[in-house]
Amino acid sequence: MGLAKRIIPCLDVDNGRVVKGVQFVDIRDAGDPVEIARRYDKEGADEITFLDITASSDDRETMVHLVEQVAGEVFIPLTVGGGIRTLEDIRRMLKAGADKVGINTAAIFNPDFVKQAAERFGSQCIVVAIDAKCVSAKGEPKRWEIFTHGGRKKTGLDAIEWAIKMVSYGAGEILLTSMDRDGTKIGFDLELTRAISEAVEVPVIASGGVGTLDHLVEGVTKGKADAVLAASIFHFAEFTIGEAKQYMQNHGIEVRL
Amino acid sequence: MATVAVIDYGMGNLHSIEKALKTASAHTDVIVSADKDTILSADRVVFPGVGAIRDCMNALHNTGLDDTIKQVAKDKPLLGICIGMQALLQHSEENGGIDCLGILPGNVVRFPKGLKDSSKNKLKIPHMGWNEVNSLKENPLFKKIGQDERFYFVHSYYVDNVGNDITIATSKYPKEFPCALRFKNIVAVQFHPEKSQHAGLQLLTNFLNWDGQS
Repeated sequence: MGLAKRIIPCLDVDNGRVVKGVQFVDIRDAGDPVEIARRYDKEGADEITFLDITASSDDRETMVHLVEQVAGEVFIPLTVGGGIRTLEDIRRMLKAGADKVGINTAAIFNPDFVKQAAERFGSQCIVVAIDAKCVSAKGEPKRWEIFTHGGRKKTGLDAIEWAIKMVSYGAGEILLTSMDRDGTKIGFDLELTRAISEAVEVPVIASGGVGTLDHLVEGVTKGKADAVLAASIFHFAEFTIGEAKQYMQNHGIEVRL
Repeated sequence: MATVAVIDYGMGNLHSIEKALKTASAHTDVIVSADKDTILSADRVVFPGVGAIRDCMNALHNTGLDDTIKQVAKDKPLLGICIGMQALLQHSEENGGIDCLGILPGNVVRFPKGLKDSSKNKLKIPHMGWNEVNSLKENPLFKKIGQDERFYFVHSYYVDNVGNDITIATSKYPKEFPCALRFKNIVAVQFHPEKSQHAGLQLLTNFLNWDGQS
């Protein structure tokens, strides 16, 4: 027995409320973030990720306050992403009680930002979030590119090369979201997950598309993910985190129960 | 009321450790401080840390808190966490080789590349997540904590050659390595008790109840 695979519920926060959309539209209100974080902690979540999905400057204050409140009573690792653009943004989130920050768009516009952040705060707290979409035509070998703006803008960056570069710049972990799958509930893009996980030395969190507990299992067994992230299946109480972990354990995956 | 000082040498996030200590004991006053006298007058001291060893040692030298820690280490219950554990040893190979405080025997080395688990899956570095902690002998730090309880780890370097007599718990990745040490009044852990939910809080409670001798 050794290191457990992690289950990470993700809370998309807009204006102080947890929301979850289907492919970034059709936003449903899922409740109060502090209450939800408390519930996930009780159910045995291994970490919690907060994603600030509007990331306006007013919201930034709300987010700092939210992290402070959660960190004061939930003693598991917390990650905050969304709109992290400066070293000052990172410092404030860490000071509020976050353990890691997710950097996404800012890394694309300025890769050196990841380097500076890792040097200043340590790789252990720098998660680079990658939103990737399959761009190869049918019959071609699979290829994925990085997209920004909720999957609408193409960057021309190859996802695997980008992941390798970000790790060499000091990313301590990769949060990988398939924009083809996000919100669809048809399962992770397993080929993408496996390709990235095998290409880098750091842990990879699979995200985007979880609709069943089998999807979580596959993410680990076929996608080779070190952690699996999901939102809606937990928010709307389809499954508890405990049920998900039990299911994974029954399928031969080592989890913390 | 008993006091515990958390050493603030400008590295990382002390909010979590402060909150966790407060939650772990209602009878302890938690003081986060960079002031030598405040630290030396506390009943117990926590030496936390995240980040890299060079920054850690530089910060300690620049603030003069390295001497404070050496003084604390003589007779006060002291808990080192993560980099705070590694810094207590002789030397770390991180950042091209850095001399540490030299309070405990042993060195800090990197997990080798290309590690595999028993099913031949690649093991990632950093070693990140919840791993089992196997306590080797009865000791006050692990009171009321089950054998093989999981704690949260995040590190790429680990302590080596510390000697069996001061190793009180080990973990496996995939090789067994020391993850908790005890030498007289000093205890140190590689994992993050402040991020390890119930088990972590229990360990902090145990430390706050410990006299440094039993």
